[in-house]
Amino acid sequence: MPGPARSFTFPRIEKSALANGLRVWTVPHPGVPLVAFTLLIQHGAATDPPGMEGLAAVTADMLDEGSGDRSAIEMHEALARLGAQFDTDIGSDATVASLTVLTRFAARALGLLSDIVARPALREQDFLRVRQLRLHRLTQLRDMPGALADRAFLTLLYGAHPYGHLPIGTEASLTAMTPDDVRAFHAEAIRPAVATLIAAGDCDHATVVRLAADAFGDWTGSGGPGDKDVQAATVPPAMPRLHIVPRPKAPQSELRIGQVSAARDTPDYHALVVANTILGGQFVSRINLNLREDKGLTYGARTAFEFRRLSGPFVLQAAVQTSGTARAIEESIAEIAGIRGARPVTGAELELGIAALTRGYARNFETADQFGRAALQLALYDLPDDYFAQFVTRVERVTSDEVSRVMTRHLDPARLTTLVVGDVEVIGQDLTRLGFGEPVVLPPDAY
Amino acid sequence: MNISFSKHTLANGLDVLLHEDHGCPIVAVNLWYHVGSKNEQPGRTGFAHLFEHLMFEGSQHYDRGYFEPLQGAGATLNGSTNADRTNYWEIVPSGALGLALWMESDRMGYLLPALTEAKFSNQRDVVLNERRQNYENRPYGLAPMALLAALFPPDHPYHWTTIGDIADLQAAQLDDVQAFFRRYYRPANASIAIAGDINREDALGLVRHYFENLDPGEPAGPVRASASLSGDARIRFEDRVELPRLYLAWLTPAMFADGDADLDLATDLLANGKMSRLYRRLVFDERIATDVSASQNSREIAGYTQITATAAPGYALAELERAILEEIARLAQGGPTAEEIERGRVQAESQFMLRLQTVGGFGGKSDQLNAYNTFLGDPAYFDRDLARYQDVTAASLQQAVARYLDPARRVTLSVVPQGRAALAAPGSEPAAPS
Repeated sequence: MPGPARSFTFPRIEKSALANGLRVWTVPHPGVPLVAFTLLIQHGAATDPPGMEGLAAVTADMLDEGSGDRSAIEMHEALARLGAQFDTDIGSDATVASLTVLTRFAARALGLLSDIVARPALREQDFLRVRQLRLHRLTQLRDMPGALADRAFLTLLYGAHPYGHLPIGTEASLTAMTPDDVRAFHAEAIRPAVATLIAAGDCDHATVVRLAADAFGDWTGSGGPGDKDVQAATVPPAMPRLHIVPRPKAPQSELRIGQVSAARDTPDYHALVVANTILGGQFVSRINLNLREDKGLTYGARTAFEFRRLSGPFVLQAAVQTSGTARAIEESIAEIAGIRGARPVTGAELELGIAALTRGYARNFETADQFGRAALQLALYDLPDDYFAQFVTRVERVTSDEVSRVMTRHLDPARLTTLVVGDVEVIGQDLTRLGFGEPVVLPPDAY
Repeated sequence: MNISFSKHTLANGLDVLLHEDHGCPIVAVNLWYHVGSKNEQPGRTGFAHLFEHLMFEGSQHYDRGYFEPLQGAGATLNGSTNADRTNYWEIVPSGALGLALWMESDRMGYLLPALTEAKFSNQRDVVLNERRQNYENRPYGLAPMALLAALFPPDHPYHWTTIGDIADLQAAQLDDVQAFFRRYYRPANASIAIAGDINREDALGLVRHYFENLDPGEPAGPVRASASLSGDARIRFEDRVELPRLYLAWLTPAMFADGDADLDLATDLLANGKMSRLYRRLVFDERIATDVSASQNSREIAGYTQITATAAPGYALAELERAILEEIARLAQGGPTAEEIERGRVQAESQFMLRLQTVGGFGGKSDQLNAYNTFLGDPAYFDRDLARYQDVTAASLQQAVARYLDPARRVTLSVVPQGRAALAAPGSEPAAPS
């Protein structure tokens, strides 16, 4: 039997704010001479104005395209001279710029990060190139079954809701966009009142605050304070339950099964995390053991509640061999229905799921980047500072009844939507026997 | 900076590497077997990887799935196979080290009694689905098959991919599994690294307890093969893609050999980042490509450098090929700038420091100790590995590029949309990878 786990303590997050509203947080984690800066902007693709899908992502992509007199190339030369790992990442609720450097380059890194985020040049010639590359990317996505499925599925679930499109947008919306749209979006959405700078790793708070004040002190924005919440539009009502994007001769079908479900602030969060672990969140989950280890239909199947500020999707995803498509859908839906009560989680399953989430929890907090990303979750979802300290206790308290109850509350098999990207000639007949009516065939370029 | 460790070799030949790091209450167990797809024979490809799957299906004294007891103890775990080695790892809370070692020792010593035809056939189906997902149903997914087959002759073990050929996977038999296990999955052909919140003496005691009694077996021994290119092998195939993509590849030095680090930095300055020479020219200035990447793929007995670029709509691969070859010629003739060399040095330092942050998983400290031990017999190689990059000079990089990235001896692969063979680099012969 394994011995008791040594207790783990999340470091105290030291917090300050600059006069312009920028929150500055430090998570000290000495050891390796590296510091990870994470700049969170609480506006993401959900902030895209209707008809301008992709604007937030284009804006994020334009941030490192030069600043002041510095060209895009010169900006990247400067980053490379620091050996910096630079990245921008965009989701529905947030835009994140991250920069990890050797400690000795911390001051120069923050200077560059502020030029990138607060003072990007946003030149027309760079915009045209960046947009063109994104249009090419959209063209290429048409051949990627997984990307095609993700894109079509979000639109099916959310329709015109702010979560109904991928950050990249559409050909029509990108084509309609102008450099002025990007400039206006940058001024309104990317500003200190909705931003948090997190430094994690080999650093101390006083130094971070001083360097941040030097780099970001004169950053202003034109919008009001704090209006970071996207208005919730109505999620579309029940729809046809089965959709196919044809991919002739595909050896596998790319599957998505899901529905709009819980938001990050649901009081059921911990119970849903446990429930999902058992259903499809780990290797030994019900769905993976069924589809992969029992039937050999797939390399892997998994489920997730994608928690967001507004109600996020619950999604099952798997690539299954073409001949097993209908069977995989049937089994998946039966597993989802089962865990709501017909086949409640057993004591052993519950114990295993909780142990998997809690006993090795400390391994999530090893690198500077992990500490930075953890603090980012607190900032983005307004979680308390003791969230990580409390996680294990909260998860350990989840019961089998609670799992059934929250799965019943947040999942409804009658509302599950299924999308298949696959060979309709081969599987079409088989799919009609699922009892979901005639599958709705979507053209590959419909989105 | 370095990775401090102690090394012990058990009487049965198992190498044990121990590294203490009490930063986080976790322990990484990392076990390498010196066997990969390089040890396979033509007609029997994909076997080393299929075998890796079977290692997770239970062994004699715990004949159920490998994941459950370890996940119940709070572990995360995985394994992987490449051409040269197969690795398995767990990251466990400090108190669960004994469990992880017991599980690893049982499958090292006692896999076969628990192996059944049903498990074998199930995992073969899983692997065939892995192949469909990652190669067959993915745009450009069969390019590695075409590229390796053209770079290396049919009797060279880098001629095929680690995932293997469909027909070979379908023909594999349970008997093959047993012979493979007996030959390669032996203490004398393995190295175990334990890194993290441990007391070295206690950890060594546990390893002795669980592994000392296993029969030694033999080290796999070196695989010898040679490859050379005498011309420009120009091939193409049609795929379900929107944009044509060009692959250029050259045979280059093996891992850790002279020229390897030079080519690693050379490929960085050619195609890593917006300021890199090829990105800047092809994507930024001329806009004839949508992306470009380059890498020195160093393996145990040979390496290859690969440059990949996707054409922007309206451009043929001939234009990309011309521009890439001009840039390589410019680097071969003029060498890198002082600034490029300096950037390469600091990027190497930064990369090496990033690798020191984690004890486990792919690329963590335990994996690095095993890589150095397995390929060089020297787990202390971390600082000399970094020094290889710090020692690269403008002259040495220029020489490596001039010598190895020779336009007259290479593979030129074009992957073009269905029915658009005219977009391929000129003079390409059809190939039919599967």
